[in-house]
Amino acid sequence: MSVTVRTVQPAGAPAPSVDMRARLGDLLLPNPVLTASGCAAAGRELGQFFDVADLGAVVTKSVMLEARAGRATPRMAETASGMLNSIGLQGPGIEAFLDHDLPWLHEQGARAVVSVAGSSVEEYAELARRLRGAPGLVALEVNISCPNVADRGLVFARDAGAAAAVVGAVRRHTAPSVPVLAKLSPDVTDIVEIARACVDAGADGLSMINTLLGMALDLDTMRPVLAGITGGLSGRAVKPVAVRCIWQVHAALPHVPILGMGGVASGRDALELILAGADAVSVGTAIFSDPSAPVRVLAELTRLLADRGFASLADAVGHAHRQEPQ
Amino acid sequence: MSEGPLQVPGQLLSSRRVGAYHHLTLVAPGIAERTKPGHFVALATGGPDTGMSLRRAFSVYKVNTRGVYGGTVEVVLAVHGQGTAWLAHQPPHTPVDVVGPLGRPFALPREGTGRPVSATLVGGGYGSAPLFGLAEALRSRGCRVDFVLGAGDSARLFGVLDAKRMASTVAVTTDDGSAGTRGRVTDALPQVMAAAGTDVVYACGPMAMLRAVTAVAAVRGVVAQCAVEESMACGIGVCMTCVLPVIGDDGLTRMVRSCVEGPVFPGDRVRWEDVGTVPVGTVGAPGTAASGGH
Repeated sequence: MSVTVRTVQPAGAPAPSVDMRARLGDLLLPNPVLTASGCAAAGRELGQFFDVADLGAVVTKSVMLEARAGRATPRMAETASGMLNSIGLQGPGIEAFLDHDLPWLHEQGARAVVSVAGSSVEEYAELARRLRGAPGLVALEVNISCPNVADRGLVFARDAGAAAAVVGAVRRHTAPSVPVLAKLSPDVTDIVEIARACVDAGADGLSMINTLLGMALDLDTMRPVLAGITGGLSGRAVKPVAVRCIWQVHAALPHVPILGMGGVASGRDALELILAGADAVSVGTAIFSDPSAPVRVLAELTRLLADRGFASLADAVGHAHRQEPQ
Repeated sequence: MSEGPLQVPGQLLSSRRVGAYHHLTLVAPGIAERTKPGHFVALATGGPDTGMSLRRAFSVYKVNTRGVYGGTVEVVLAVHGQGTAWLAHQPPHTPVDVVGPLGRPFALPREGTGRPVSATLVGGGYGSAPLFGLAEALRSRGCRVDFVLGAGDSARLFGVLDAKRMASTVAVTTDDGSAGTRGRVTDALPQVMAAAGTDVVYACGPMAMLRAVTAVAAVRGVVAQCAVEESMACGIGVCMTCVLPVIGDDGLTRMVRSCVEGPVFPGDRVRWEDVGTVPVGTVGAPGTAASGGH
């Protein structure tokens, strides 16, 4: 398929008409901009700055079975064009989440992609069971970047077998109409191998990328900045890694839906991930510096697609892989 | 008055050196009207092409709803790193995105309850900044206001003249004795409280000072309302980095966000000695297994 390049629209032109609907498997979203898990809590705080129903969906902070206090502080270190975090999955637990957080999103008319995290396959399965039929839930995102207690703390996402076991368990306990997305870590030797294992285990789509494991030292104390010693690197610094991962997985598994994230702070960043193969994008760390970043990214992306002559978002997905006719 | 924070494309109106600090005035339409003493604002830093990903949070020093250029917000900052250095050295009219007002402000004594309330305000370094708006609000309710201001040295004191204009008494301490009495704010505080018949203490400054002020106030059966200075990534409650252990009404300790549940806490609720840790028994504290993940 080829796309004719049309003239660039003049500045100040009326709002472009591009079909911005985004598809993640069976899930059709009104637009392709979501929040990234862990960067928007459960949407309520961002609701002070924009209508959360205006987003494609809100991806909530990973919820676990029990309430969790998280790690000691400092939990954050700013780095060049990014930041490290070591929160330790602080959260209220699934019961409070189902009582307070998900109903609020549903009342706003927002679509909720609920991120789940556990330390065993059984915990993930139980979370999926508890979420079954919850109003407002449109998809599950499985955060597999957690240590597997049964396997000496080896992170699920770094082992194809462990990743597949978790994804398969969540898939089996989730309503068939609700897509299950596996959130992949870039800290692996071959991300395509993990992606394929998750898809074979029943993942309806893939979210990528989670943070990269990093570390920073304080030159005055000459000790690690973070109380947790290591942390997840996010922000603009990681965007090229996200583009690479999305490119590789889309090339290998072109029919598998991808929710792309990693350093998206502008419409240009979002477009880059989409051209690499993302069907939709999540805005994460950018929210910390600009609470209205998700709606800004959506407006910018719409304009950029129109400027490039795309009639629909779907036409742009994976466009960078296509050979233009000579 | 409307509630909740706004995000506005603001502009630097002036930047002035005050001792070791910088006093910035920003045009930020709409924010001044909503701001109460103890609120803070989060400023974007570094300009449009910056490699700095996070905002910098500052207590509001003053607001003016009727400025020539629209509502203004004033903050005081110390240069600690790249972000604060950028903010301190921009020329007037530099665009600065402002989010605010954020956090929970100081709780004011109820009006019209018998004799006037005596409030003692304790500031460490430029931590005193939010106390002057508070002093005005207290005075307008007929409260007695006394100040204790302390710092490492005279250049790091902030607002002594403001305080003298507003307060019944002002005690000044410096670690090196370069201004006022040599020593800490907590050396002066018992005497000030005794003379003023203090009913409530308000404090803002470093954690160690807040802990010590809370203890001194408690000796006289007084609760100190403390505004904490935790490092924050977002300031709006989504990042979970600015947490500290706080005891709730149910007696349980939770890791609480200082940006939305604070920055003002009753001093007797904060587990000062455990700040920086997740104390044993905290709701959801990690067991021996199952800690990890970002």
